[in-house]
Amino acid sequence: MSYGFQRSATGRIVLRVDQVERGLLASVARQVIDLVKPEEQAADSDPLAAQFGWVDGEVGPSDDPAVARLLPDAYSDAADASEFRRFTEHDLRQTKVQHATTVLAEIERSGDKITVGSADSWLGTLNDARIAIGTRIHIAEDNHEELASLPEDDPRAGLFHVYDWLTFLQESLVRCLNPSLYGFSDDDIPVIDD
Amino acid sequence: MTGVSVPVEVAPEIDEQIDEQVDIEPQRPWITLVWNDPINLMSYVTYVFMTYFKYSREKAEQLMRDVHYEGRAVVSAGSREEMERDVSAMHSYGLWATLQKDD
Repeated sequence: MSYGFQRSATGRIVLRVDQVERGLLASVARQVIDLVKPEEQAADSDPLAAQFGWVDGEVGPSDDPAVARLLPDAYSDAADASEFRRFTEHDLRQTKVQHATTVLAEIERSGDKITVGSADSWLGTLNDARIAIGTRIHIAEDNHEELASLPEDDPRAGLFHVYDWLTFLQESLVRCLNPSLYGFSDDDIPVIDD
Repeated sequence: MTGVSVPVEVAPEIDEQIDEQVDIEPQRPWITLVWNDPINLMSYVTYVFMTYFKYSREKAEQLMRDVHYEGRAVVSAGSREEMERDVSAMHSYGLWATLQKDD
């Protein structure tokens, strides 16, 4: 498959993809948006509260484990966590949606070479997608080999392949942004033509 | 293709400064904790600590290792409002963070 994100001669970060990979990335970004976009407010709710996403009553983490992991409690105390969530969850959802929307736009205006405009958006969306998929297939510290050797007809097999690829992409992007984290100097990172 | 993290190297001479990583003073009674999870990459967690907190690579890597091997690390201390801001930022990066009073 691809080399992951690479640095170009003019200092950009680019990702070469084939049609399948490009479609898969766009699909991943759309799924992140669907998963975390702010919930619809009821029609009769306070318009000011709706605008800022304020919620009445106690609110806990989502019943969906992936969403609960993407939007976790900030306090161990349930009442404190609920109070914090009431005033911040809407913004957190919007931040994640904005990142994924930016990624989607950058994919859609590119062909087989995607130029990264907002590295933070890519990092955030790749990470959110890995969290969502990883939670669904119950990734643990020690079960990667088990998941990698699942039979093809196991529904987790395909998801693990996507997860593994997104991990590879995220590693390659962090390496472009900060080679020293991988024990490389700037000069060690290969540069490709624009 | 592999998603295996490349281990980070540890410079032995940085051990001393690591011990004083986050000073918790009486007037800074709240702390932000980041918790280990099996999904976030070690390199990415380090990158986030360097980018958001402006920590040195050495300090960021030490905190990342504390998260990974000890299960959690105190990454910042300050007022409740400051810690709520830090926790929100960690959540936006996809890290699992909480704040609490430093007892």
